[in-house]
Amino acid sequence: MAAIELRGLTKVYPGGVKALDALDLDIPDGEFFALLGPSGCGKTTLLRTIAGLEIATGGAVVIGDRDVTGVQPGGRDVAMVFQDYALFPHMDVTENIAYPLRIKKVAKSARRAKAVEVGTRLGLEHLMDRRPGQLSGGQQQRVALARVMATQAQAFLFDEPLSNLDARLRLEARTFLKKLQRELGVTTVFVTHDQAEALAMADRMAVMESGHIRQIGTPAEVFQRPANTFVAGFIGSTPMNLLDGAVRGDTLDVAGCKVGVPSSAEGRLSDGEKIVYGVRPEYMSYSAEPAEGALGGKVAIVENLGASHLVTLDVNDVIVQAVVPEGSEPSLGDDGYAVPRRDRALVYRDGELV
Amino acid sequence: MAQATSSPPETLDEDAPARRSYSSDAAGLGRLRAGVFVAPALLLIAAFLVFPALWVLYLGLTNYRLTGIAAAEPQFVGLDNFIDAVSNPVFWNSTWLTVQFVLGSAVIGQVGLGFTIAWLLRDRRGPLKRLVEGLVILAWILPSAVVSFLWVALLDRDGGTLNALLGLPGFAWLLDHPMLSIIIFNTWRGTAFSMMLYGAALGNVPPSHLESARLAGASGWQQLRDVVFPHIRGHILTNLLLISLWTFNDFTPFMITAGGPDGKSEILAVHVYKVALQSGELGYGAAVSTVILLINLVVAVFYLRLLRSKK
Amino acid sequence: MTARFVAGRIGFYTLIAVLLAFFTIPLLWLATAPFTSDPTYEVGVPDFTWENFQAVAEHPYALPSLYNSLVLSVGTALLVVAMAALAAYALSRVRLPGRDALLYALLLLSSIITGTAAMVPLFQLAVELNLIDSHLGLILILTGGLLPAAIFMMKDFMDSTPKSYEESARVFGASPLQIVRHVVVPLVRPGLATIGVWAVANVWGNFLMPYLLLSDVEKQPAAVITYTLYTEGGQANLRMLSTFGLLYSVPVVLMYLFVSKKYGFRFHGGIKR
Ligand SMILES: Nc1ncnc2c1ncn2[C@@H]1O[C@H](COP(=O)(O)OP(=O)(O)OP(=O)(O)O)[C@@H](O)[C@H]1O
Ligand SMILES: [Mg+2]
Repeated sequence: MAAIELRGLTKVYPGGVKALDALDLDIPDGEFFALLGPSGCGKTTLLRTIAGLEIATGGAVVIGDRDVTGVQPGGRDVAMVFQDYALFPHMDVTENIAYPLRIKKVAKSARRAKAVEVGTRLGLEHLMDRRPGQLSGGQQQRVALARVMATQAQAFLFDEPLSNLDARLRLEARTFLKKLQRELGVTTVFVTHDQAEALAMADRMAVMESGHIRQIGTPAEVFQRPANTFVAGFIGSTPMNLLDGAVRGDTLDVAGCKVGVPSSAEGRLSDGEKIVYGVRPEYMSYSAEPAEGALGGKVAIVENLGASHLVTLDVNDVIVQAVVPEGSEPSLGDDGYAVPRRDRALVYRDGELV
Repeated sequence: MAQATSSPPETLDEDAPARRSYSSDAAGLGRLRAGVFVAPALLLIAAFLVFPALWVLYLGLTNYRLTGIAAAEPQFVGLDNFIDAVSNPVFWNSTWLTVQFVLGSAVIGQVGLGFTIAWLLRDRRGPLKRLVEGLVILAWILPSAVVSFLWVALLDRDGGTLNALLGLPGFAWLLDHPMLSIIIFNTWRGTAFSMMLYGAALGNVPPSHLESARLAGASGWQQLRDVVFPHIRGHILTNLLLISLWTFNDFTPFMITAGGPDGKSEILAVHVYKVALQSGELGYGAAVSTVILLINLVVAVFYLRLLRSKK
Repeated sequence: MTARFVAGRIGFYTLIAVLLAFFTIPLLWLATAPFTSDPTYEVGVPDFTWENFQAVAEHPYALPSLYNSLVLSVGTALLVVAMAALAAYALSRVRLPGRDALLYALLLLSSIITGTAAMVPLFQLAVELNLIDSHLGLILILTGGLLPAAIFMMKDFMDSTPKSYEESARVFGASPLQIVRHVVVPLVRPGLATIGVWAVANVWGNFLMPYLLLSDVEKQPAAVITYTLYTEGGQANLRMLSTFGLLYSVPVVLMYLFVSKKYGFRFHGGIKR
């Protein structure tokens, strides 16, 4: 097992696209690390550069204590699961799982035994003679996992391994993968564009935007205190309210309402400055009666989220959303008042957290 | 070369999905190893395809002969061979016969028959279609030496099946109508390609277009003109260029008439063989080969242009 | 309406019947004469004798020429497949300098330099290099002629296989040659088979090149022997010709049936994939 360290990693593609821009990252040994970001931000490029499939234009990749920047993929002692799994269609499950051992010149009987052992652990024992084309998506995904497990590599690299599964299977696979990683204790870099997946599985995560890392932290940190408006807008199943406002003495003027300064920003704001006020819909208390420090307006939309409702208020022509518990949802056109929690609301200045 | 009749080198996929324009060296081959991989093939191509083509250009400018003094010490004669060729009525006769052969058997015969069969069978399934297609394809895949003799037998003056069927004993097809014979022979021989190409093309005409034409009361001919031809125009051109190229270079007629009688079916392919390898005038033969190469070049460039513009 | 419909049907079947006759009649002789004791040029009812096959078996050059055809076509096909596969793989995966120009040139070459246009220099080249009457020499020449088209078709196959298989093997530490052996070759096997069959069919039927370059009867393939059988020695021996022609034809037909069964009949500009 090994830590992964990236120093000033830059990748410019031949066409001139700068997919990674002087990126620094430290992933300690045994960590489950998620890379999250919108499509095209460079997640796959980062993973492939760690694997050695892309040659870095600048900077260094260190795995364990070894600088592997110039080393061929096969010499880096990492294993990768591709988005399409890349299971060899002409080999059966056993041969697929045993392939890395075949390359390492392990004797045939030994590598079959290992393949069966790993396959059994992942519940594939009755499928060992099938070809990939005869397996379901979920089974293929587990074969791909079994194959990287058989390598006993220092680090695992996963490129959106769950994105080909249907929603239900994805939830199961999520739990399974997380548990497996705990047991194996192998350093794992997991690429996804699904923020819920990253929040649910990662020990720590990074949010990327066009070749840059915008925030690194635990899922709780990233969810509760997004470091900038980009991350704030990207994380969370219902997007955070990001409202333009200004400082007015001891309070904030947001969407024509007077709200209190969040505790995290107390004493750091100067009178009259323009800010962006951020609060998650989950961190609002909603009532039908006017209240101190509330954002008040007319109910424009009510969406059912299952155990709760998402209420969209029209506050002086600004959209504000709040999550309302089951049973107390308003009707369209009602007056509504949403009071942000001061300990959870945030203030951004020039896009960065105050 | 060695084109025989089986397959054309058309491989620019007409409807290939737009691939990402960059390539990545997935297996980590590296340029050096890639060069080593490509080298043997390029070497063979250079030695046995490119070099002969260049050599033919040079030979055409000499008075090289297969035997005799000029064989030992060929002289550079400039454009003499070409001048000989253009002032030689036999050359012009061959050229004219070749034009007849290409127009008659490829452009009219194969295209017409191939399209007719494809059109007649367009929405049929089952044994009749398989039978007709199977026979047409059989004529295409059998070795040329065998089919040539089958036609020699068919057209034989005294015992041939054709004369027996037509009740014309003693009618000498190969002697009195050698060009007609090889034109019909080559139509028979090569229709399969056009039939398959048009079959595929017709399959790509959206049925809804044909149906709406039919609903509008269009006759069979109007449907062809207004719906089908506009759709398959590209295929027709591709097909015409390819089969013209092949027919132009076809040596099979030699096995039926050997150019005779009296050069009455001596198309250019046979002409080259006769002057260069039978009479031994390599220089003159090479000059005629050069003309063939140039004509091939023009057709091929035209064809590649067409493929490009379709992409 | 119905009258027109009936007329249309009659027209259709008449046309089909004429077409069937046109394509069948020349072939009939090949089906009947080999089984007739004393065949003439005219198609007749066979009396189902096997003696003609006996005659072919006893002919000094007949069966050996089929063997020669086999050697030439299989030899050429193996060489074409191996070289085209290596070259096409490298061209598909590595951006060699001048690659696109090279591919364009290959396509052009394969269509303009035909046996007809190059017979004079090829004959001379073979004389100079002492390749007359050499199977190996003929195989090399035939290979050179088929390679451009083969590379082009192979590259199509290579381009359409996803790269993640190779990348995956590469991350596991496989060397480029291992990747080619373990992953690429099995993945493009249908392509290799197609090119192989295409090359075999091409050489099996080729007449001009062996006719030019092989003068020793014992080395000539079936195409040349067939031609010799009906042009030389006065009266053509129809028993030999018909029976030998049939034997010579059967392999191509079988191969064709095999290919269209196995790979379906996807029509791609002439090559059946
Ligand atoms: N081989 C390449 N050559 C040139 N540009 C590339 C190449 N691969 C990716 N890119 C570009 O680099 C940028 C990052 O691509 P990358 O595939 O890393 O994104 P990603 O975050 O994985 O996106 P997705 O979520 O869609 O998979 C994109 O702008 C992409 O167009
Ligand atoms: Mg990606």
